Amino acid sequence: MSKTGATTESTESTETITFREAIREGLREEMKNDDAVMLYGQDEEDGESFEVTAGLYEEFGGRRVRNTPISEAAQVGGAVGAAATGLRPVVELSFSDFIGVCFDQIMNQAGKTRYMFGGASEVPLVLRATEGAGLSAAAQHSGTVHTLVSHLPGIKTVAPSTPTAAKGLIKSSIRSPDPVVFFENKTIYDERGEVPTSDDHTIPIGEASIEHLGEDVTVVATQRLFSEAMSVAQDLEGDVSVEVIDPRTLYPLDAETIIESVAKTGRLVIADESPMSYGFHAEVSSRVVEDGFFTLDAPPQRVGVPDTPIPFAPGLEKEVLPNGADIKRAIRRVE
Amino acid sequence: MTFLNIDSPEGRQEALEKMLLARAFEDTVQDQFADGEIPGFVHLSQGQEAVAVGTCGALREGDYITSTHRAHGHSIAKGLEPDRLLAELYGKEPGQCRGKGGSMHVADLDQGMLGAQPIVGASAPLAMGAGITAQYGNEDWISLAFIGDGAVAEGQVHESFNLAATWGLPVVFVIENNLYSEGMVFDEQHNIEDLADMSASYGVPGVVVDGQDVEAVHEAVSEARQRALEDEGPTIIEAKTYRYRGHFEGDQQPYRSDEEIEEWRDERDPISNFARKLIEAGELTESGLEELRETAEAKMADALEFARKADEADADEAYEDVFVETVPEIEQHRERLAREQPHWGEY
Repeated sequence: MSKTGATTESTESTETITFREAIREGLREEMKNDDAVMLYGQDEEDGESFEVTAGLYEEFGGRRVRNTPISEAAQVGGAVGAAATGLRPVVELSFSDFIGVCFDQIMNQAGKTRYMFGGASEVPLVLRATEGAGLSAAAQHSGTVHTLVSHLPGIKTVAPSTPTAAKGLIKSSIRSPDPVVFFENKTIYDERGEVPTSDDHTIPIGEASIEHLGEDVTVVATQRLFSEAMSVAQDLEGDVSVEVIDPRTLYPLDAETIIESVAKTGRLVIADESPMSYGFHAEVSSRVVEDGFFTLDAPPQRVGVPDTPIPFAPGLEKEVLPNGADIKRAIRRVE
Repeated sequence: MTFLNIDSPEGRQEALEKMLLARAFEDTVQDQFADGEIPGFVHLSQGQEAVAVGTCGALREGDYITSTHRAHGHSIAKGLEPDRLLAELYGKEPGQCRGKGGSMHVADLDQGMLGAQPIVGASAPLAMGAGITAQYGNEDWISLAFIGDGAVAEGQVHESFNLAATWGLPVVFVIENNLYSEGMVFDEQHNIEDLADMSASYGVPGVVVDGQDVEAVHEAVSEARQRALEDEGPTIIEAKTYRYRGHFEGDQQPYRSDEEIEEWRDERDPISNFARKLIEAGELTESGLEELRETAEAKMADALEFARKADEADADEAYEDVFVETVPEIEQHRERLAREQPHWGEY
């Protein structure tokens, strides 16, 4: 089920665009494809805080793209009601830290409605939320909370690391009959990449991508840390052969691709910007230990935030944020 | 079809029948829960039948409701059949939600019942969201949220009022004020007399209605529905009513007196008062009323037999319906928990 991005997508026609533009393109194409898709959120008509949806209001008008009052609980709870009655709402929750004020609607409504109704309903909503530190935005505008949501039954979670993945996955998320929370790291919006131009280009939810082939150590890296891992892999070339995997989807997790990679390399580093306890790192590590214990030649290594909120001062923020050097040290510890 | 033309003798008789059926349903649940046949928690709504029937009787096919944790009466009034509803409370396979929801989560999308909602207040954003769909598609239906007086203390309710008001959504909010939020009396929870007064904060009409009068409720909801259909936005209706039973079955109710309950039962019962009115108007006889009662009880006897005899849900069903597009994790975890795992040395 896994695929290696570089090899299988090379025959398609592509354009070089940013992560931000890739999401916008995906949204635009799906809005053109399906009149049931509508966008709403705070400042949506102005393209939101990070200008991801800039121009869509002008293109699609006020019926399709709408501003809401600052009401996260009503936005998400309303999306469940709208989705259950036939729309495909895409709701923006500008900073994922705000998830606290609408967590009930995600946990108890979006995630459980279909199940509680015995399968009688579909809840095809997408909740977009920005994550990530590095902008001195302090603790309540810098968090990475995808672990919290990935833990909830009934929700699929997506966190792309590249423009290609971002476009392919936002399209799949909108087409998904299930609720999807789509996490966007705000510090990689300007990263550029080759993105297929085809309207049909989608990436299945639940499929990881091996983006750099290697023999010695597997690095599973998400979002901003994915490009850091790619740089590290290139730096270490000729010394340590690093395989870099972008899981792309957090739940369901393509554990098979990761386990197969570890079977080859025998070593695992998990790099993710969420707090290190009880999180994504632990999940990946557990899956590998459960199904690939005897292929491991060294203990799995975690790279993440050491369980602090994100501080404001640039120096302090830099202190807690994981980076390429942390990934390199983790690789060195096990190679 | 749930609409009742309450201006006609036939419609009034139907309203009475629905209220009797809702009462008989709750009485049956009360007895069977006491006998230990129904698992979990149940929250009964005897005394509130006029709100349920007056409201749903003003709705048309295609309109949606969302409900509270006290949803049986609303469900019956919206057209759900008592046999599948009761089977759901029994946790049986032919239950309304195939035994996955139970009393607190009963839903029937085909009948426009978008779900009972025991997360207090969550009924409001769900109905507001259905209103987004109706407005977006320029549809000729509306959505209606039943919310309790306790829910009005929740933030998400106000967010929903505000969003529905600012977007002009075709939504009606019916606050069912039964005087108690769990065990707390109304005036200790709210600093205003009429919750409908809050409508001023949202710039929408607020209506206070006697929740023991099915015709008055029907009229208020009909007008609000018409406003919603004419793009005039939401209305907040407060129906003053009373619940005879505790917050949940088994509640010892230290917060109120038996005398208070008896007074409401004797003087303000929505069913006997309405029946008396119909008899006085010559639309119904005493024996006719007795027949209607017997019919409702017979329906419940059939429903009880159906629920008792219905098959239990297959254990595998517990793993279904989490997603439309299933994920590998659920089966993998099941397999891992299964007893047939090889010993680790055999890997």
